[in-house]
Amino acid sequence: MNEQAPDRMTYREACRQAIRDALIRDPRCFVMGEDVGLYGGCYAVTKGLLEEFGPERIRDTPLAESVITGAGIGAAIGGLRPVVEIMTCNFSLLALDQIVNNAATIAHMSGGQFAVPLVIRMATGGGRQLAAQHSHSLEGWYAHIPGITVLAPGTIEDARLMLAAALADPNPVLIFEHVVLYNAEGELDPAITSVDIRKARIRREGRDLTILTYGGSLPKALAAAGELAAAGIEAEIVDLRVLRPLDNETIYASVGRTRRCVIVDEGWRSGSLSAELAARLAEDLFFELDAPIRRVCTREVPIPYAAHMEDAALPQVADIVEAARGLVRPE
Amino acid sequence: MSAKLMIDRSHGQHLFREMLRIRRFEAKCMELYQAQTIRGFLHLYDGQEAVAVGIMQALDERDAVVATYRDHGHAIARGLGMGPIMAEMYGKLEGCSRGRGGSMHLFDRASRFLGGNAIVGGGLPLAVGTAMADQQLHPGAATVCFFGEGAAGEGEFHESMNLAALWKLPVLFVCENNLYAMGVPLEVAEADTEIIHKAKGYNMPGEQVDGMNPVAVEVAARRAVESIRAGNGPWFLECRTYRFRAHSMFDAQQYRTKEEVAHWKERDPIVRMQAWLLEAHLMTPAELDEIEAAVDTEVAAAVAFAEAGTWESVDELERFVTMDEVPS
Ligand SMILES: Cc1ncc(C[n+]2csc(CCOP(=O)(O)OP(=O)(O)O)c2C)c(N)n1
Repeated sequence: MNEQAPDRMTYREACRQAIRDALIRDPRCFVMGEDVGLYGGCYAVTKGLLEEFGPERIRDTPLAESVITGAGIGAAIGGLRPVVEIMTCNFSLLALDQIVNNAATIAHMSGGQFAVPLVIRMATGGGRQLAAQHSHSLEGWYAHIPGITVLAPGTIEDARLMLAAALADPNPVLIFEHVVLYNAEGELDPAITSVDIRKARIRREGRDLTILTYGGSLPKALAAAGELAAAGIEAEIVDLRVLRPLDNETIYASVGRTRRCVIVDEGWRSGSLSAELAARLAEDLFFELDAPIRRVCTREVPIPYAAHMEDAALPQVADIVEAARGLVRPE
Repeated sequence: MSAKLMIDRSHGQHLFREMLRIRRFEAKCMELYQAQTIRGFLHLYDGQEAVAVGIMQALDERDAVVATYRDHGHAIARGLGMGPIMAEMYGKLEGCSRGRGGSMHLFDRASRFLGGNAIVGGGLPLAVGTAMADQQLHPGAATVCFFGEGAAGEGEFHESMNLAALWKLPVLFVCENNLYAMGVPLEVAEADTEIIHKAKGYNMPGEQVDGMNPVAVEVAARRAVESIRAGNGPWFLECRTYRFRAHSMFDAQQYRTKEEVAHWKERDPIVRMQAWLLEAHLMTPAELDEIEAAVDTEVAAAVAFAEAGTWESVDELERFVTMDEVPS
């Protein structure tokens, strides 16, 4: 395997190293999913791990999302630390019963007798011309559900360090990795060895408005902030990172400071995470806002195949810039 | 193979007493339900007692049990106290799930009782998972997974059977085939009404057993668990049984005739066991009286325990949505 220098790596490698670390650190930890072993993972995240850890710990499964997930739940209750991979969140719909009716409920329904320390990783998002059934962003749906933690690593650092935090958590944790990020490359600060999976993070400071975003939209928001800066508008970028539970404190502090907010969410607008965020801001921060809240979301269509149509459907840098300008310099 | 089971006095009476405990407990539940003391859904196990009681004879404290919403019988036979179960029905803090689960979600960590699952088929993947953990951490332990024949229509059933057989997991799948899924008769739901055939499709050993006879169930369960403990992988039991009462309390039972119910009641596992024990002089009428009195006392004590229970503070509502640590 072609490892790069330890400080510079792709998002994919960061995910792989995180899994590798977890397997080395804890003999109870194992990976289970479709094509995670011989094939190396459909996004090549688990490539090489089968050779290193063997088929007991890198378990290729049949195509059966529900039992893979449910078995992960049972194994977690039974004392193991499963990392379940579901190829893309689109397929997680076949495992919804297990995620929503078991993983999320057992702790509460049992009066605190059973915890479910399970991690489920799945790819999310569009932008690779894979058409509707491989491009949807469903993390916002999962963020609706009490009992699970929903993470969206948008940086190399989070891809590298969130898994360990998720495994240390006694609750079911869903990690959504955006497909367009896998090839992204970045530097990893060796001094940082852990991350807090209860906090949002400010990725860029700015005084004029706050852009709330996460995952695959984070690089777009940062690019938009660059363009805005050139036009004299300083945008603060808050990377939500944790979609459930939302870190109100960081979000409110930023929006309270800038008094303007654009929310960028690759989910559809109706009933989305962006809707939740906007509602919270309206409920709790209304008197501190100087402008209406704006949302940049995916257009309300199944994601199309054709590149120009897909681009038009997904939130783009230009859409973010336009929304931001509309707030700060109303025509 | 322990195919032949010696039923001595004490074991025969034990089986009878265990079934009677379930029957009388539920009769009380029914009464309390009609009085609206306990609410929600109430799925009674009347008629099926031989299955839970027979199966549990083959288990010990190592093993895990995954049940369905029709779980009072499984819970009692597994050894959960009647008091905490009844308190759970009342919704009291002293209930086995702190009153958060109710009739359909009885849980007990101490006896590895992983609760009633109210999603048809939903417990099977879970059982596959506990078996995975046991295979690695506690070799020799088995998970028993109960479900009705209705579950055989669900994808999760098939996914679970396949994975368990593929990975030789220590699971005992127990299909309680009571011939109806709510009001849907077996022949309306299944292209092949012999549920046992499905085990073959997954290369899994199994057998069909008379679910109205606790001894037959116990014999089959012992054989199954012995094989599972030896590391041979899962086993499938189809227990042919019948529920005497409605599916739940809101069911006029228009899908079956009174004659059919009456016909099955002639095979009532408790009545037949009682008659057999008396005839074979394995139980004297005086012993029968004693057992009945003891069971009635236990049920009354459970009700008293539940009545004396407390309501969990609403301040605790959001507790255990997430946990601070994994209970050890
Ligand atoms: C997935 C799912 N679909 C439908 C229901 C509604 N439902 C509850 S019990 C039941 C019948 C199940 O019959 P069976 O599995 O044979 O078990 P039995 O009630 O006979 O013990 C149905 C359809 C449910 N709880 N879960």
